[in-house]
Amino acid sequence: MLNLKKDLVVIGGGPAGLAAAKKAYDEGIEDVMILERDFEPGGILPQCIHNGFGLHYFKEELTGPEYAQRFINDVKERNIEIKLDTMVLDVTKDRKVYAMNKKEGFLEIEAGAVVLAMGCRERTAGAIGIPGTRPAGVITAGTAQRYTNIEGFVPGDEVIILGSGDIGLIMARRMKLEGADVKAVCELLPYTGGLTRNVVQCLEDYDIPLMLNHTVTAIKGEGRLEAVEISEVDENLKPIPETAKTIKADTLLLSVGLIPENELSKKADVALDDRTGGPIVNEGRETNIEGIFACGNVLHVHDLVDWVTEESQIAGAHAAKYIKNNFEKTGKCAEVKAGENVRYVIPQKIELEAGDRKRIPLYMRVSTPLTAVDINLYADGEKLYSFSEPFAKPGEMISVPLAQKTLDDLDDLSEIKVDIIEKEGE
Amino acid sequence: MIETKTLTCVACPKGCEVTVEYEGDEIIEIKGNACPQGQSYAEEEIVAPTRILPTTIRVKNGALPLCPVKTTKQIPLENMFEAMQIIGKKEIEAPVKMGEVLIENILDTGADIVATRDMPKETY
Repeated sequence: MLNLKKDLVVIGGGPAGLAAAKKAYDEGIEDVMILERDFEPGGILPQCIHNGFGLHYFKEELTGPEYAQRFINDVKERNIEIKLDTMVLDVTKDRKVYAMNKKEGFLEIEAGAVVLAMGCRERTAGAIGIPGTRPAGVITAGTAQRYTNIEGFVPGDEVIILGSGDIGLIMARRMKLEGADVKAVCELLPYTGGLTRNVVQCLEDYDIPLMLNHTVTAIKGEGRLEAVEISEVDENLKPIPETAKTIKADTLLLSVGLIPENELSKKADVALDDRTGGPIVNEGRETNIEGIFACGNVLHVHDLVDWVTEESQIAGAHAAKYIKNNFEKTGKCAEVKAGENVRYVIPQKIELEAGDRKRIPLYMRVSTPLTAVDINLYADGEKLYSFSEPFAKPGEMISVPLAQKTLDDLDDLSEIKVDIIEKEGE
Repeated sequence: MIETKTLTCVACPKGCEVTVEYEGDEIIEIKGNACPQGQSYAEEEIVAPTRILPTTIRVKNGALPLCPVKTTKQIPLENMFEAMQIIGKKEIEAPVKMGEVLIENILDTGADIVATRDMPKETY
């Protein structure tokens, strides 16, 4: 077994891991190692060949591979060590990381700090329990994306997509452009789970029908998928039997949600939040385990990679502070709570010395689509401030800055709460 | 005849609902946009919609069998399938650098097809 010692170990070489490693390096921690299970860094971005990335962070429109390439180049320029084809097997709460690869065998790495950046995975057919047979041709949208964009074959000719998450919408257009007949995108809910721009550019541009309040009620086929039965659902999301119709298809793509991949976090006794599926963190993205940080889709599923970068820089900067022993807790802890119509807020607690920061960005998602809203912040029940937005959608993350000055004026703060409420009479 | 169309602006992920009143190719009024990008987006959407085309191109001796590419600027939406045909017929040779021009001036649109990542040679 090879024993190593590193100031910082980053688990995962996707956009979160690359940005966290780069930021920690720039904050003075040069002894950084990234562990990546794939043969190259970049995470899922290399297969996201579409444009629309980077508008917030780079102020220009990039494709996924371009966004990744910029961070890959940054990490290379800094000579940050990346171990590729390396699988992390275990992380302990005293920050020992166990990994293995073909060249070196089994590795034990003692880490000054650990950043968890393992990303997320897709919910599969098994997880949603569609009735019917189990033929080939029923795959997740992300798998189809990998086949089409990386491995070089289009996985079907007649396609139906279940779930209107962004990957589903993107793959509807992609398979259409590659010559497939994309018959419909079915969405159980009365609204889409993806970004509006994707509904326009992926479905409306190519006349692909979006069937809201519809779901797949049966899968038919021996060997290969032959047809899919689709039904409308009532207000309780129960299929209405008399609306069932069968559509011929050889491929069913599932875009039915993403799950943060926290098996390693659990091994290190990292406490998870039921709503996000990711760790509970403070504003420095430190988990309940000292010196273990989390960022990106392992923490909560993001709509835009730009926010992943922003969040991973926070985690990288605080990991650097922790390694330099420059990381002070106030001894007090204010909980950040999700109020009415808010599904969750990240971070879940505020407990660090302010240092030189000016504000803490709070990231949140609403639980249902709303129009003409007031976003209200409360400190121990007293309203701090509020602002208005024309709409709030579950598919789009909302970022609310909490000014440090506001926090400084509050003694013995124990709770920050955010609610998002529709204005009356509009 | 004066017509009204409600568009979702895709200039950025905010997705403003922009209402356009127009007669033929002539724009009468644009409402609902939060920034000037919404104005030009709505004008273009009515007269001649254009889009960036991101796709892939086959690679010989590459670390992967495909290299992702895009058009350097937006091309008319109606040209998408024709452009896909041209790109589908082409095969390039690794290595390639991000930004390298692989097809010049596709369909006389003024847009080039460029690689959107580095594609190294296959390693054994």
